[in-house]
Amino acid sequence: MSSTNRTVVVTGVGATTPLGGDASATWEALLAGRSGVRLLDEDWAADLPVRIAARIAVEPGTVIPRPQARKLDRSAQFALIAAREAWADAGFTARAGEDPTVDPDRLGAVVASGIGGVTTLLDQYDVLREKGVRKVSPHTVPMLMPNSPAANVGLEVGARAGVHTPVSACASGAEAIGYAIEMIRTGRADVVVAGGTEASIHPLPIVAFGNMMAMSKNNEDPQGASRPFDTGRNGFVMGEGSGVIVLESAEHAARRGARVYAEAIGQGISADAHHITQPEPSGNGIAHALQNLVEATELKPAEIAHVNAHATSTPQGDVAELKALRKVFGHDVDHMAISATKSMTGHLLGGAGGVETVATVLALHHRLAPPTINLDHLDPEADGDVVRGEPRPLPAGAIAALNDSFGFGGHNVVLAFRTV
Amino acid sequence: MAATQEEIVEGLAEIVNEIAGIPTEDVLLEKSFTDDLDVDSLSMVEVVVAAEERFDVKIPDDDVKNLKTVGDAADYILKHQG
Repeated sequence: MSSTNRTVVVTGVGATTPLGGDASATWEALLAGRSGVRLLDEDWAADLPVRIAARIAVEPGTVIPRPQARKLDRSAQFALIAAREAWADAGFTARAGEDPTVDPDRLGAVVASGIGGVTTLLDQYDVLREKGVRKVSPHTVPMLMPNSPAANVGLEVGARAGVHTPVSACASGAEAIGYAIEMIRTGRADVVVAGGTEASIHPLPIVAFGNMMAMSKNNEDPQGASRPFDTGRNGFVMGEGSGVIVLESAEHAARRGARVYAEAIGQGISADAHHITQPEPSGNGIAHALQNLVEATELKPAEIAHVNAHATSTPQGDVAELKALRKVFGHDVDHMAISATKSMTGHLLGGAGGVETVATVLALHHRLAPPTINLDHLDPEADGDVVRGEPRPLPAGAIAALNDSFGFGGHNVVLAFRTV
Repeated sequence: MAATQEEIVEGLAEIVNEIAGIPTEDVLLEKSFTDDLDVDSLSMVEVVVAAEERFDVKIPDDDVKNLKTVGDAADYILKHQG
């Protein structure tokens, strides 16, 4: 039970994103090269410098009954929807214990968000000022706390081995999945539901990110605004949603005859120690994470066929990431099909690592790398084979894929998966 | 004009339906908020605030713990309404 180097596999995927209300709708849209970005038509957006975002495709209020939804921040609603899908997709039929194939004491949940319940916080502050003390919801604290999505997912599936919320800005979702892999590898749990979520399309976060000069202000062409690796990129587009996977020890999955999407090989983590928001321009911090990944696992650079890049469509970050790949993997980069799915989903911040892990796992499962849209003129400094146009078939045989996620604060997280 | 007990129960049923999603016809005098109507301690605060507004009554925090059933709440409101 408590061996320290167990093989970990992915047995379920779930997502609710700007491209679709579940993982398969999201995947189909990624392959078709559809953009989820649109002009914000809410009154509050009318006078903002940034008036574009990638809104969720299926409103959570149409999926979660109102009595439950009103006690959940939007970020937790997304996470719950994605987690339910992943849980059912893994073949579980009820909560742990009620479904006898999973022991609640051996089940964990690790779900992260970059910002937490920011819309609840701001909305309830409005209630306090406009309607007074008595009207502030008694659910405010459990709604806005950053661990709320993890806690609610844990309650939903009956997780008693531990419920966690790593916070590392836009690397949070990936860090959650990395943490979950380690929980299983080291024997703390047999099954962990893990991912990321974010719901921050609200005037304050949009204005605040905009004032950092981090966001695209291309309001005239919403669907063309997120353009990773293109010479015309000028910042990210905010997205919302969640991606969640079910991770499981290989023995546990085999014992219950579960369908396995991919092996979760492990993670590489580093920190830049460079600047609070600027990426380290040479890519050294990211390279350190990639080196740590290779040293900590049996991953061979020669087997990496696909990279779901972090690539947020900012001038500096996209190029630094490719420099790091080249630095660590040399000519092996030439056989990596690199996809920047944020060109379609926008940047889901703490949800990005979750949604992009779902995309990475499905890319291995279907052996197809999604295209990068809006890539009209590849930046000459973008040194790598970025997929554009049609989805790219990936080679037969054992292949691996990486999912990169980096966050403000200098956090670098790289996750690695392999076909089974 | 003061509400009758029947009107109060009807009003509480609508409040409980809004907050916990329980059908109004299931909200009966003998029902316990916590055990029967899916109203936990946090949601009870919402029920109390909504009832205060609807029936023009003040229900101090110290009295809320005595309102175990719909009947307890209806009696309290009947006695204290403005």
